[in-house]
Amino acid sequence: MEEEKPWALISEVGGPHGYLEELADIVKQHFQIVCYKDFLQNPVLYGSKIQALLNWKYCPAAKPWLLKLLPCLKVVASGGVGIDHLDVPFINSLGAKVANTPGVVSDATADLAMGLLLASARNILEGHQIATDPKTVHIPQNLMGVEVTRATLGIIGMGEIGYKIAQRSKGFEMKVMYHKRTRRSTKDEQAVGASYCENLDDLLRCSDFVMIAVNLTSETSGLIGHRELSLMKPTATLINISRGLIVNQDALLEALQSGTIRAAALDVTHPEPLPRDHPLLELPNVLITPHIGISTITTARGMVKKMVENALAGVKGLPVPNEVHPH
Amino acid sequence: MNIGTQTMAEDKPWALISEVSEQGFIEEITDIIKQHFHIICLRDFLQNPQQHGPKIQAILMWNTYPAAEPSLLSSLPSLKVVANGGVGIDHLDVPYITSLGVKVANTPGVVSDATADMAMGLLLASARKIVEGHQIAVDPKTTSIPQSLMGVEVTGSTLGIIGLGHIGYKIAQRSKGFDMKILYHNRHRRSVEDEQSVGASYCENMDDLLRESDFVVLVVNLSPETKGLISHRELSLMKPTATLINVSRGLVVDQDALVKALRSGEIRAAALDVTHPEPLPRDHPLLSLPNVLITPHVGTYTYATTRRMVQCMVDNAVAAVNGLPVPNEVKLK
Repeated sequence: MEEEKPWALISEVGGPHGYLEELADIVKQHFQIVCYKDFLQNPVLYGSKIQALLNWKYCPAAKPWLLKLLPCLKVVASGGVGIDHLDVPFINSLGAKVANTPGVVSDATADLAMGLLLASARNILEGHQIATDPKTVHIPQNLMGVEVTRATLGIIGMGEIGYKIAQRSKGFEMKVMYHKRTRRSTKDEQAVGASYCENLDDLLRCSDFVMIAVNLTSETSGLIGHRELSLMKPTATLINISRGLIVNQDALLEALQSGTIRAAALDVTHPEPLPRDHPLLELPNVLITPHIGISTITTARGMVKKMVENALAGVKGLPVPNEVHPH
Repeated sequence: MNIGTQTMAEDKPWALISEVSEQGFIEEITDIIKQHFHIICLRDFLQNPQQHGPKIQAILMWNTYPAAEPSLLSSLPSLKVVANGGVGIDHLDVPYITSLGVKVANTPGVVSDATADMAMGLLLASARKIVEGHQIAVDPKTTSIPQSLMGVEVTGSTLGIIGLGHIGYKIAQRSKGFDMKILYHNRHRRSVEDEQSVGASYCENMDDLLRESDFVVLVVNLSPETKGLISHRELSLMKPTATLINVSRGLVVDQDALVKALRSGEIRAAALDVTHPEPLPRDHPLLSLPNVLITPHVGTYTYATTRRMVQCMVDNAVAAVNGLPVPNEVKLK
């Protein structure tokens, strides 16, 4: 006789904001799922059954009022590696573990980072707009970009994602500098030809492309502000695939408008999406993507599988593979 | 009067160019040309071809202009060289031009890095829906982040390079960092050493490459053999999840076949830096397909590469005018 599957709370299946069917199917193999909308119809009935909360793209948000309706909750399994949206100590205090999905997100995120770097450097967005514009009559000769080959790439944060970005930049003969809380091993550095910058300012001064690849913490919030942007070259490009709050957006706006830096390419902003009247949306030298760093079907599948693995372990009282402990 | 300076100034040979503007040579790089040549624009030349014609020893060709038509060439009795900016010379009738005693030169090598970078940029932008993503991110109607903007994985995928010359090889080098499996098809197989250095496997049969690749990138010269190389049959062999990237010439692809394949889902998407013609007519179906990324032939467009190209073009022209061996002479086979 089939053992009854444990219950998990998820956001929704289908629609522009829900799980793709095939991803929901992965969850359904191991869990009885309740969608957030249905849960709210009868929180008492469902609340007593739910042992896992699967958090996908911040939904459903693990707010205190929701968690209090889940007395049997054993685990909050988040999809993605960032956990700045989760109050880990608080969730732990309720007797539930927190898990994320490191590793599996790294390749896709590093790929997007390189994609944003190249798209910005070579004006791919603007090029496409000109190429498809009904008013275009001639091919313009002045759509000049900046050279990527042999340019200097400064990576802020050289964790798994930062390192994979360094690996990808090697094929472009880029000179790689990095800044990190703790220096990497000589072996690691040599494998990607990366030089350590103990002082972030040096990295900012020397880089043609500045890549932000750090977690959002109290130390990194607002890490890039007026001063940091003013140290950058006027020909430099800022790329952010971490979290919007790491960059002071007002300072960035000013720097882009004044030509303090050449351009920015952002997969993340604060908030997401930006208010529709936000000035960043109108700048010609800004490329923004809607937080799609992990948005490939292959990676999404891998993330959901890991989330499910973490959640099952949590429900069964076994060690959770990717448990996040408070710092 | 300083005779020395005047003599030096008079000594500079004359070169014909199309124009200095955003359609011709951009102002910022004309200084390279003016170090060695007096320049005359086509428009000014045509005001008085009899007077200007005999002075001109070089045509500096950019973006196929000024076109090396017989009518133009016959009015340039002193012409020694047609120096092209760029490596492609499919727009030049080399046998005809050389029959007039005029050399042809191009700028190989200097264009390769920027073009390879562009190819990778197009591949990534298409695979990860960067343009579509931006459009959604800035759309006034966007209220929340859509979860369904899924792209295809680049890391670990199979890249099929058609044409492993200088540029194709540099694309292979760049794709290595993404752990891509590299297949290539070329007229001649490259050395084992070259293959091993980038981890590329030779596909003697192009069909095999088409069947197995997740990304097919075209990096060939346009020649009678490569014209229409990718047509209905080739597209039908490709995976429905595959992306076609073209940084060579528009005519290498049968555009009608491509439109059909993109509409029917025979292939996933295309990213084209080149089309035929350029630009496409404004009502061309390629312009309205959601799964097509088109850039206006900007494969070499960085200030650094453009300057290097112009320098190379000028060096070729100077050598020809002085009767010296031309570094990048295009010779008849």
